[in-house]
Amino acid sequence: MSMENMSGGTMAESRSEQSQGHISRSAGSPPPPEADETIIGLEVHCQLDTVTKLFCACSTDYRSDGPNTHTCPVCLGLPGALPAINKKAVEFALRVAKALNCEVLFESVFSRKNYFYPDLDKAFQISQYDKPLAVGGYLVIEGEEGEKRVRITRVHMEEDPGRLVHKGGADRARYSLVDYNRAGIPLIEIVTEPDMRSPKEARRFLNKLRATLEYLSVFDSEKEGSLRVDANISLQPEGWFDREKKSYKGRNRVEVKNISSYKGVEKALTFEITRQRNVIRKGQPIEQATRHFVETQGITTASRSKEEEQDYRYFPEPDLCPLRVSSWVERIDLPELPDARRARFIGQYGCSPNHARTLTGDLKLADFYEKVAAQADPVLSATWVADTLIGELNYRDMGIGSVTPSHMIELVTLVKSKVLTDRNAIEVLRTILDGILQKQPAGTPSQVVARLDLGATDSGIIPAAIADVIREQPQAVADYDSGKKEAFMFLIGQVMKKTKGKADPAELNTMLRKALHGRVQ
Amino acid sequence: MVRSRLSFSPDDRVNAFLTTCPEPEYGTGSLEGLTIAIKDNISTKGIRTTAGSRILEGYIPPYDAHVVTLLIAEGAAIAGKTNMDEFGMGTTTENSGYGPTFNPLDKGRVPGGSSGGSAAAIAGGMVRMALGSDTGGSIRCPAAFCGIVGLKPTYGRVSRYGLIAYANSLEQIGPMARTVNETSRLMQVIAGHDPKDSTSVDLPYCHTPDKNIQGRRIGVPEEFFGAGVDPAVAAKVWEAIEELEKKGAEIVTCRMPGMAFALAAYYVTCTSEASSNLARFDGVRYGPAVDTKKSWHDAFQERRGKSFGKEVRRRIMLGTFALSSGYYGKYYAKAQAARQQVKNDFTRLYKDVDVLAGPTMPTIAFRLGEKADPLSMYLSDILTVPANLAGVPAISVPCGTVGGMPVGLQIMGRPFEDEVVIDTAYAYEQAVV
Repeated sequence: MSMENMSGGTMAESRSEQSQGHISRSAGSPPPPEADETIIGLEVHCQLDTVTKLFCACSTDYRSDGPNTHTCPVCLGLPGALPAINKKAVEFALRVAKALNCEVLFESVFSRKNYFYPDLDKAFQISQYDKPLAVGGYLVIEGEEGEKRVRITRVHMEEDPGRLVHKGGADRARYSLVDYNRAGIPLIEIVTEPDMRSPKEARRFLNKLRATLEYLSVFDSEKEGSLRVDANISLQPEGWFDREKKSYKGRNRVEVKNISSYKGVEKALTFEITRQRNVIRKGQPIEQATRHFVETQGITTASRSKEEEQDYRYFPEPDLCPLRVSSWVERIDLPELPDARRARFIGQYGCSPNHARTLTGDLKLADFYEKVAAQADPVLSATWVADTLIGELNYRDMGIGSVTPSHMIELVTLVKSKVLTDRNAIEVLRTILDGILQKQPAGTPSQVVARLDLGATDSGIIPAAIADVIREQPQAVADYDSGKKEAFMFLIGQVMKKTKGKADPAELNTMLRKALHGRVQ
Repeated sequence: MVRSRLSFSPDDRVNAFLTTCPEPEYGTGSLEGLTIAIKDNISTKGIRTTAGSRILEGYIPPYDAHVVTLLIAEGAAIAGKTNMDEFGMGTTTENSGYGPTFNPLDKGRVPGGSSGGSAAAIAGGMVRMALGSDTGGSIRCPAAFCGIVGLKPTYGRVSRYGLIAYANSLEQIGPMARTVNETSRLMQVIAGHDPKDSTSVDLPYCHTPDKNIQGRRIGVPEEFFGAGVDPAVAAKVWEAIEELEKKGAEIVTCRMPGMAFALAAYYVTCTSEASSNLARFDGVRYGPAVDTKKSWHDAFQERRGKSFGKEVRRRIMLGTFALSSGYYGKYYAKAQAARQQVKNDFTRLYKDVDVLAGPTMPTIAFRLGEKADPLSMYLSDILTVPANLAGVPAISVPCGTVGGMPVGLQIMGRPFEDEVVIDTAYAYEQAVV
């Protein structure tokens, strides 16, 4: 989207232009690729963080245990075993449906999705088909042009299949092993309308969805493989899609399967846009196809289409009764969700909108911030947590869980009371984080300050340091006298060095200027 | 719990058993020391369970079906596993992967099916009681052909947990015995709620058969005496119904027009469900191992082609077709609509009558090989499938013989009124003793 389109008037103009374009284009000539708009819809599978599986009593906590240790006749699909629904999983799914503003159907039905694959022990997956749990919701995200609603088509429940381990690599496996520990883990599938217009928006949707699910206490994003995404993407002439809705028969869409990370979604979609653009530029048609995302290479590859064109022969699962839970959902109380918490952070703590968004975009971060803000200056805390701490953590690939709020409370308090300059406070923070990373705890901020002698002292030592610098750097002083601004900064730096950064920059600035001018007089 | 052992070495000349337990354990309880045979599609921990199929050759379940747990808890001795049509698909027990079972009363005839092994084990005097399963008549048909009693309980009354599924929405495990009393006694042990089976209802069966049927209204659907029903069998069954009238019941004839669609609805539904249920037998986890040098699809196609019998393959193909995209509405969905019509017929009739009565099977036991044509075999299920489609209880009780072979009187009741069905059968049985 060009910048001009940001304002309403130009937008309308450009739309009317395109309507004309529409008429001429439909006569035959393809639109230039530059005018393309990216249309993205997502299908997101999330593991619900229940204690037991969806249809049996096996524990879901399998990741650290050996293969096929969390199994029973039900999740192994042994002949004669029957599924029995886990009520907690239904409750979790209902929480999600409610938080995504969906309508929970009066009656939803489990169906069998039949296909052969060795990781699917019953040769069918119990899923939901024509009567899903909930339909017609939305999630508000920060879009490219401000807040936007991404519509949710449906939310349904299903079971995770097992997992294949290919010995010798996926491409040239000598043999494959199958692990049914994952079989029967409850999943929800969330399907969106094609409402996202860039890979960035898709990523923001996922981030917002993840935050929402974590606020609902139904999802743990840190568990490996807990989220999987299939993305549908097509490039269409700008504006056509929104005008013509689903009746629009434009270029074919491509489904990218097998994306298992948040970053991966943006990567896969960005790659796919480039690939599709190149195809369009060459004047070739986009084939409706399924492609696989290869995370390690950041590319998508074509799937053998025959394998993908399955007839799943859905029919209602006769071993489970239909769910009638629409009145149950009314009784479910939702916790405070990210948007509400963001508003509260702005109102209660005086956070800037940007800080509030960052802080509430992750449940653990928001909880962390609130603990800090309860005992230290909230606005200063917001800056330190949202900007500095996050930056330093990301740089080290650490999570918020690795630091304790008490360290941050102390650090912010030291900064607020001017015991630490910003610069030295960052130094203290880095020392602490490095210590955690190397498993050699550096101690509390005060201890670090004392050990590294970083505390700001009274301004008494500054005049002495200034006097020393003026004496030791006659050339720089002469340069200053002759009007070179750089010389002043150099002298400031020299004083800072002597005071080990403990001097308050603003104060030092005034004092040095005074000293230099006093000398001249 | 004190466990004892008894010795069990039946003189099995009719191939009733696929597996026998020579020294079964037993305990104390209402079935203390009684040898009970279990149909081979009901999972028994540590005892080979094949459902009559070569594809499950050597499969030893690591768990007991819920009903087996209940039997053992009441002191029963599990005598062994009985022969059956592969996965329950048949009316003769000729479709077993391990050879047919013969009718103990005439070895040139079939025992009926698919629970033919269980019926033959009782009729042959090898066990007192047995468990069968009934998807479209598989308990009642062999009960009728072998001259014993067999009850298909109301759908949901007995847990299906551990029953190797053929057609989940139709089938029930049920008791088979020489007398109504013993059938009722076995029913009392196996009925009741099981949270592992979501379709199970919380309605225990605690009942002593009562032969007083004074004033009970018995409906006789004309369709149960229509084309294809052997007049000699029909006459025997009418005699039995008249006997019930003498005991104080009121007989009314009625119509069940839904019967016209019953067989079609039944076969589309059961083959559809079966095609899905049996898909898991891919040679990876059960039965003889596949050739691992072949690709996965080739290997499992070969295994399924070799290890499933002809009738099973036929039904898998029919069901796969019926569920295929573009045909679902034409077949599966339509079958469900027809099924609803059959249910509606029962609901309507049960407003006026307490039970329905008619023959269990249109004929006496077939000669071996007589039903080689699958369609003629399917047609013989016409009188038993309505109860499965509607989920209502139905019993077969012997009512005399035709040409030396037994005839079965079928009594169907309102849903969850298995007790009324038992009482009516008991009244007849006691009247003719």
